[in-house]
Amino acid sequence: MKSRRQFIKISSLSAAGLIFGGGLLDSLASSILKENQSYFKGPFDFTRTPTYCEVCFWKCAGWVYKDENGRIKKIIGNDDDPNCNGRFCPRGTGGVGMHYDEDRLKTPLIRTEERGKQTFREASWDEALEYIASKMKEIKEEHGPECTALFSHGSGGKYFGKVIKGFGSRNIAAPSYAQCRGPREVAFIATYGSGVNSPENTDIRDTKCLVLIGAHIGENMHNGQVQEMSDAIDKGATIITVDPRFSTAASKSKFWLPIKPATDIALLLSWMHVIISEELYDKKYVEKYTYGFDQLKAHVKNFTPEWAYGITTIKPDQIRETARTMAHAAPAVLVHPGRHVTWYGDDTQRLRAVAILNALLGSWGRRGGFYNPDKASVPHYHLPPYPKPEKTWRDAMGGKYILADLALASGVCDASIPTPDLDCSIRGWIVNGTNLINTLPDQKKTIDAIQKLDLLAVVDTMPMEITGYADVVLPECVYLERYDSLRISQGREPSIALRMPAVDPLYNSKPAYWIARELAKKLDLLEYFPFETIEEELDWELKQVGSSLEEMQKIGVKRLEREVDDLYFADGEDIEFDTNTGKIELYSTVLEEEGFDPIPVYTPHPEPSEGFYRLIYGRAPMHTFSRTANNPNLTDLMSENSVWVNPKVAKEWDLKNDQYIYLENQDGVVSDFPIKVRVTERIRWDSVYMVHGFGHADKRLKRCFGKGVSDTQMITNVMIDPIMGGTGMRGNFVTFRFDNKKTEV
Amino acid sequence: MAIDTKKCVGCSDCVVACQTENNVPIGYCRDWVVEVMDGTYPQLEIELRSERCNHCENSPCVRCCPTGASHYADGGIVLVTKNECIGCSACIASCPYDARYVHPDGYVDKCTFCLHRVKKGMQPACVAVCPTKCMYFGDLNDPRSDVSKILKKRKHKTLIPEAGTKPQLYFLI
Ligand code: SF4
Ligand code: SF4
Ligand code: SF4
Repeated sequence: MKSRRQFIKISSLSAAGLIFGGGLLDSLASSILKENQSYFKGPFDFTRTPTYCEVCFWKCAGWVYKDENGRIKKIIGNDDDPNCNGRFCPRGTGGVGMHYDEDRLKTPLIRTEERGKQTFREASWDEALEYIASKMKEIKEEHGPECTALFSHGSGGKYFGKVIKGFGSRNIAAPSYAQCRGPREVAFIATYGSGVNSPENTDIRDTKCLVLIGAHIGENMHNGQVQEMSDAIDKGATIITVDPRFSTAASKSKFWLPIKPATDIALLLSWMHVIISEELYDKKYVEKYTYGFDQLKAHVKNFTPEWAYGITTIKPDQIRETARTMAHAAPAVLVHPGRHVTWYGDDTQRLRAVAILNALLGSWGRRGGFYNPDKASVPHYHLPPYPKPEKTWRDAMGGKYILADLALASGVCDASIPTPDLDCSIRGWIVNGTNLINTLPDQKKTIDAIQKLDLLAVVDTMPMEITGYADVVLPECVYLERYDSLRISQGREPSIALRMPAVDPLYNSKPAYWIARELAKKLDLLEYFPFETIEEELDWELKQVGSSLEEMQKIGVKRLEREVDDLYFADGEDIEFDTNTGKIELYSTVLEEEGFDPIPVYTPHPEPSEGFYRLIYGRAPMHTFSRTANNPNLTDLMSENSVWVNPKVAKEWDLKNDQYIYLENQDGVVSDFPIKVRVTERIRWDSVYMVHGFGHADKRLKRCFGKGVSDTQMITNVMIDPIMGGTGMRGNFVTFRFDNKKTEV
Repeated sequence: MAIDTKKCVGCSDCVVACQTENNVPIGYCRDWVVEVMDGTYPQLEIELRSERCNHCENSPCVRCCPTGASHYADGGIVLVTKNECIGCSACIASCPYDARYVHPDGYVDKCTFCLHRVKKGMQPACVAVCPTKCMYFGDLNDPRSDVSKILKKRKHKTLIPEAGTKPQLYFLI
């Protein structure tokens, strides 16, 4: 957070920051000359072009404004956009820094020496693409086309996906699934027959009681949710926050339950116990829509608040009072499913408990709970069918994780490490817009997998760590410089949004559509790219829904009519859920079939040993993962992370505020860089906390290199969710070290 | 202006929006966020505030400016005329809120309440961007303005009232 104190420090240090201030200052100076009171004039009425933000997955639509020199000046939300209502979050507002960051990748690079050594030579686009195409052909001949994979987190994924699918592989994975929200989707699909998706169909705006369990809205700036939480506060909603850390959301809450980490399922079961034993559940709803209530009732019979107290350290009367508060607000109550939910390996079961609790309260499909979302259906141009691959990453998993509805990034990564029992060894990766080194847990394993590859091609805007391992690096231009596929979001009202270039690409960077199509050309796959330019494709698609590229260039966002029924269930409406029983499954038949617990059970998880603390990580409102760590505007707001330490612990270790220390985890991994101590009452004594996305090890990222610690580096113990392969990352414990010298063993 | 500390999440969007709107160079700011925490685990409270120039009615900075560059403009907004400012920093020393800074071009800069926007009927950049809609801007003398209405309804405070500067920035608590 930017404070006056920090500001002095930053300004005395920030030679780097000023590099790009230069141009702005020039234009400011000239406007001062022209007019004394230049601040009245505001030289800022410029032409504007529509975009949707790429700084996070919320994809808010907005306008890019330029100054009279044609330089990007500011980005402002589009008032018609349901995702942002005219207000960008700090990252979106600071998105200008993505364009101006002078550390961007500038030209294609080809590795000339050994992996990991970063000896790249500059290459032409043709040469770089030729290199990738010929390696892909080699892999195809020797191992089969299915031995290639795409990892993608961003808008270009659609186009690289066409290349990979056309080539003959279905290994397309995003780390947003197994490393983030996968368990939530699987749990909600098992319960309600549909997931919550993105943006989540949570009706925060109209809720009377919002329950956050490990979700820290306000620190994660999922824009619409932050806005709606604020609306809910205005309308007097009660907020209940369960978190071992006094989060920003906790500070806005009537009830903060400072739970002992890793015990959430016990609390959820106990809430169900209270709600069922005191007959506070929505009887009509449960009877009409759910399956397995009697089994659930018997299951939670003994999970009294007194039982849960011993596990969670939350007092029984607090458990009862909060359960009653929820029931009192029902059905306008929302037990929020969160987003980053891969914690302890039993995450699908924890999210099942969340889903069941919502069902008992009757909040699914009800105002103030979960609404029925709608999504625009924009037809795609008919393409020839993709070849069917002989095998996929799933074959390498030996029948595990059948319930995963999307590919697991970690699964594809595992399938790249040849072992006797894996039969699909992936040999070539294309990685677009995701820094796998800092995204997948267990860095060593990721790097091992990379060492086994014949081809690693990385398409990115920034020299992230992953590019350091690449054979070929392709510089993508940033979102402010390109068209992309339409944004088609679900929401209360379906909408579409256009991204178009505000300025030409800087340096020798290119848009994903062009890169993918040129690669397709070299692989004889042009049939999957019938339009020569993305403008033609967009115009064709837009005309199918009664708009056009020309219209969208002017308005940016178009709201469409809802095609499906109402936002909420009508009273007593008959509803068929997409589950085996056609009901909301409190007792999951599908989990039972696959040999998992049909109703969630609480299992204790390992605890830190003496002198170690559980590592909890989260988000800061001004950064998105590691993606923004080098952005000049956003590093100005927050340039490094700190480790939060309870004062009791600090006293024991004699740690002082702002002191730099190293961390060492349970497996003896010592952090590459030191991290600043923040002594604060806001964290429990058995845990430490840090913001994810710092501690970059690539020197080419000048602003963020060596700033803070990478939580990913400390996460070497991964607890795999047996149901869907999610990678639980909260079972890691760290201790403090005053140097980073290797210890003798 | 009134700012609701119960809704602010401390995201600093107001800071970066001000920087891009007003050409505030990176490394400097006209507004900033303060977090005040009280209590011991688990009895804790946090107040989050977005702070800026208070546009004081009785402002020491205007009084002490030797050139008259610091002045009151329409509606009591405190402004600095850049080309009259000699960068002596007397105002910076006199401001109890640390609201001013020396721009690298040599003059003193601070929040203008985005007068260039307000004159066109727009909200200040920070108010317009805030995702929690926790800021209210308008004419304090007009009882029908949003800001007057919310101040009537809610408990509020000003910062360092004992300095006697009569701040025009109110924090809803
Ligand atoms: S929430 Fe913020 S970063 Fe994400 S898309 Fe919206 S403005 Fe961009
Ligand atoms: S933009 Fe709004 S919520 Fe964010 S710090 Fe500023 S005042 Fe607070
Ligand atoms: S009113 Fe304008 S100048 Fe003042 S802090 Fe807000 S954005 Fe900056």
